[in-house]
Amino acid sequence: MVKLHELPAEELFTSGHRLCAGCAAGTIMRMTMKALRRPTVIVNATGCIQVSTTPYPYTSWKVSYVHIAFENTAAVASGIEAAYKVLKRKGLYDKDVDVIAVAGDGGTFDIGIQALSGALERGHDFLFICYDNEAYMNTGIQRSGATPHGAATTTSPAGRKIPGKPEFKKDLIGICIAHGIEYAATASPAYWNDYITKVRKGLEVNGPAVIHVFSPCPTGMRFDPSRSIEIARLAVQTRYWPIYEFERGTYRLNIKVPQPKPLLDFLKMQGRFAHLFQPEFQHELNALQRWVEDNWRRIATLCGERP
Amino acid sequence: MAKVMGLTGNEAVAYAVKQCNVDVVAAYPITPQTIMVEVISQYIYDGEMDAEFICVESEHSAMSACIGASLAGARVFTGTASQGLALMHEMLYIASGLRCPIVMGVANRALSAPLNIHGDHSDMMGSRDCGWIQIYSENSQEAYDWTIQAFKIAEDPRVLLPVSVNIDGFILSHCVENVVVLEDEDVARFLPPRKPLITIDPTKPITVGAICLPDYYFEVKFQQVQALKEAYNVIREVNREYEKLSGRRYDFVEAYAMDDAEAAVLCLGSTAGTAKVVARELRKEGKKVGVVKPWVYRPFPEESIIKALGDVKAVAVLDRACSFGAPFHALCSDIIATLYRHGKDIKVFNCVYGLGGRDITPMEIRSIFEETLETARSGRVREYIKFIGVRE
Repeated sequence: MVKLHELPAEELFTSGHRLCAGCAAGTIMRMTMKALRRPTVIVNATGCIQVSTTPYPYTSWKVSYVHIAFENTAAVASGIEAAYKVLKRKGLYDKDVDVIAVAGDGGTFDIGIQALSGALERGHDFLFICYDNEAYMNTGIQRSGATPHGAATTTSPAGRKIPGKPEFKKDLIGICIAHGIEYAATASPAYWNDYITKVRKGLEVNGPAVIHVFSPCPTGMRFDPSRSIEIARLAVQTRYWPIYEFERGTYRLNIKVPQPKPLLDFLKMQGRFAHLFQPEFQHELNALQRWVEDNWRRIATLCGERP
Repeated sequence: MAKVMGLTGNEAVAYAVKQCNVDVVAAYPITPQTIMVEVISQYIYDGEMDAEFICVESEHSAMSACIGASLAGARVFTGTASQGLALMHEMLYIASGLRCPIVMGVANRALSAPLNIHGDHSDMMGSRDCGWIQIYSENSQEAYDWTIQAFKIAEDPRVLLPVSVNIDGFILSHCVENVVVLEDEDVARFLPPRKPLITIDPTKPITVGAICLPDYYFEVKFQQVQALKEAYNVIREVNREYEKLSGRRYDFVEAYAMDDAEAAVLCLGSTAGTAKVVARELRKEGKKVGVVKPWVYRPFPEESIIKALGDVKAVAVLDRACSFGAPFHALCSDIIATLYRHGKDIKVFNCVYGLGGRDITPMEIRSIFEETLETARSGRVREYIKFIGVRE
């Protein structure tokens, strides 16, 4: 675990960006920068972070930053990693460079999954960070493969007939681990030490690593912007967002939650779930509750814990 | 003593890529380009070429990886065709917009539907406005020569644009021809390792790919317009330098038997070879015809075309792709616009031919020539758009 006083004071992700008040993605990027170990290139998918941190001629980045498109972050990272490898071999560049790909849930779970799968399979030495705000927040809150069951988005609205998203969230970490990579982990900005430690671990792995971090979005999830970190913490403490890691074949539950807080406390704070509290949609609330319990049980078992 | 090798178009491009000391190749196999990347893979796996080969999972990722590698300062190559080029479409604009000097071999092939693997120009013509320099080769020799020149043109700081070197699918990609190749050292002297002006070197951090709203986007695009204009001078310089090295003269346009021609056929790629043979026969019969073949399609070499056409009275423009619903097909539209702009009253008609790899025969080209002569005599175009060899 890292120590607070050992973290660099320098801010490589600067203030002045245009992210919404309370956006956890900004906090996550700032923390990510604290974990860097050497010259680093950030490759970023189109999305909230990209449009909000690089309004030409301004930039929030004091590291090299590349944005190409939405669906290809991992492919671009592949090219950059390969280029530095060969340029170093040929004596045309003399530094070791870290490459971090950053994409939202849309750019990871959905449109970006093919490029991510390809890059993981090829074994490029890079870290992929998915900041998951559980919908296409940048384009105005449309559902993604990461949106939880029952959540209202503009393409899975809380309708009179269909109360929010009927489907359940994809298991991103499971998909990534299935590629045979060495390191994958979930994280939360409420647990900064755990997150920064994991970013560092992901960088140190020789090969691809993936971190899936929960990124509360006051605008899209509809909660008070002052409560992002509280929401992030509650997600962990209600077992909604299990914090675990996979390292060379071993699963580890990093944050144990022996006495979970009621899931309803977490759901009630967010407007996206408000419609589920109408009596006629009780069954959907139950379904989401069941999914959270099953997911926890599955992960706890993988981690060798008693669920 | 010049070294001669028997190479297909694909192999000629691959051999040039090896000699150009490319750093990164990211590609996905597609017929009829496949052999191009197979040969490059073999070079790398045999240790004959020191490059990273990224065997990506799609053409979209191929171009994405190329852009990343190019921004890092590497010399980058990819190859594709048809559906692959279409899948890359989005990335083609980003490669040129971010001024990445990538070179791409395209074994031109028809676009689906219906599925067809054979040669026509629908793929590159579908991406003709993507901001790339676009070159068409007539044979394997030209494919080899242009590939080497393409890196020099692309990487010139006055240009910094990607270049596509096009070879007709199967007709060139798979046909073995004699190719006079240069010595490795000569290519290395002509094309030293890439020296990029700016890279994403993280010790000197920069931001690439920012969002440019209406206050800046237009200027960025205007700079691309200027870079393509600048490319005219650079292409000419590179052609002259390459001529000194190889003895082979390249230009924007090749004019064949055009000195006193009254009528001409204008076409891209391998069809020009057939057209030249037919023109030679017609010349023997005393008919004053010639062939104009643009090597460089983008930037469109207006001046060179006007010069090559000289005093002809009629020209048939052959398009191997359809611009559905357009008044003329792509190449012909460009020619008519060029003639209008230069105040030239040359009668033009458009022949669409060879879609999906259908052969165009010397007999068909002969009848096109005869119609150009008839048009030159009468001063009247009988039919503005003809479809050659189609069953109606």
